[in-house]
Amino acid sequence: MTVWNQIELTWAWLTASAQWHGEDGIPHRLLEHLYYSGVSLLFAALIGLTLGALVGHTGRGGFLAVSVANIARAIPTFGLILLIVVIDYSIVPVLVALVALAVPPILVNTYEGVRGVDPDARDAARGMGMTGWGVLWRAEIPIALPLILLGLRTSAIQVVATATIAAYPGFGGLGRYIIDGLARKDYQLVVGGTFLVVALAVLVQLAFAALRRLVISPGLARAS
Amino acid sequence: MDIDWGWIGEHTDTLSANAVTHLRLALLPVLFGLLISLPLGLACRRWGRLYAPVLTVSNILYAIPSIALFMVFIQYTGLEPATVMIPLTLYSLSVLVPNVVDGLGSVSEPVRQAATAMGFGTLRRLVRVELPIAVPIVIAGVRVAAVSSISLVAIGQLIGQGGLGYDIIRGYQLQFPTQIVAASVLIVALALITDALLVLVQRLLTPWARGRAA
Repeated sequence: MTVWNQIELTWAWLTASAQWHGEDGIPHRLLEHLYYSGVSLLFAALIGLTLGALVGHTGRGGFLAVSVANIARAIPTFGLILLIVVIDYSIVPVLVALVALAVPPILVNTYEGVRGVDPDARDAARGMGMTGWGVLWRAEIPIALPLILLGLRTSAIQVVATATIAAYPGFGGLGRYIIDGLARKDYQLVVGGTFLVVALAVLVQLAFAALRRLVISPGLARAS
Repeated sequence: MDIDWGWIGEHTDTLSANAVTHLRLALLPVLFGLLISLPLGLACRRWGRLYAPVLTVSNILYAIPSIALFMVFIQYTGLEPATVMIPLTLYSLSVLVPNVVDGLGSVSEPVRQAATAMGFGTLRRLVRVELPIAVPIVIAGVRVAAVSSISLVAIGQLIGQGGLGYDIIRGYQLQFPTQIVAASVLIVALALITDALLVLVQRLLTPWARGRAA
């Protein structure tokens, strides 16, 4: 099958009106996908940012945090999802597995970013009369922001891509099309679903590029 | 959740056979990725304008979910190991190419000039001076690529090529947690052992760094 055929097939599938209504329609599946990814990412960000900033700021427990995060990276998400689904069939375990997937990059990058702040900048912040919290909020985090955003972006893309697996044990999301297409040997369905997930991942990349422009201090942007 | 230790004891042979397949499916792509990223990284260093487009393409590839990429390749390579290994190779590139470029970039200009002054030609300087200095950064990339590759292979079982992913899916189908746990723990163990071995390789390749680190 040529690439051109694939594009044609995807286009035909995307434009079929049946695809745009009901529970198995694209809008509904997309919302499910965004819901799984968004909730997981939110919790992962809460955990990763808090722990990373605290460990980076105090400088205590850094080695432990990074080691645990690296081991967590090795955990096969697929196994984790299926395992907890076997024990307790609900969407919550799927979200837990996605959170576990998303925490390490956020945690490690936040830690490295805050830790790596130039000691002179930290001293200057203290010299200006900032307390520990002030130094963290107004100096360390803004300076670490490029790295923190990079971690968030890595996690976001991995979560959006991996939320596809939620369809395997029978939940919704865009993975439904891929898993169902595979089961029914309906190739068009697989290609269409794949296209949607890739498009979503690319949109996430673009959103983070825009966010980077918005929130990074102009002084830092010039320096790098 | 109860772990059926007896089952694990009875199935060590199939589990270890699947673990071997798993390692092959996961690590060959990293090796291929390294073989591709070295010349590609060199080219990017040499022709700076090449780097931005290469980086963009590899970032986009990384954004494609593995399951989707398997599907794309399935019609060209079928239900074969290659269908899992080609996407994993592409993923490894997105980590390895930037690290090769950064690694070569970490060679300071005085060092380069000293090598030239000692009569090293371009190729000899690359092999004897620049690549050895790049080793720590390159290996850091190989470690990330290897660990994520090992945990990703399991998904390949959806197209019948997943190593220990077989036990994960089987355990799910039979509602038998022990098999899922055994396979998942083995995957983590394989990743950790591989990671430790890579640290060892780095130490062996960079004997000069040992004194400084201690």
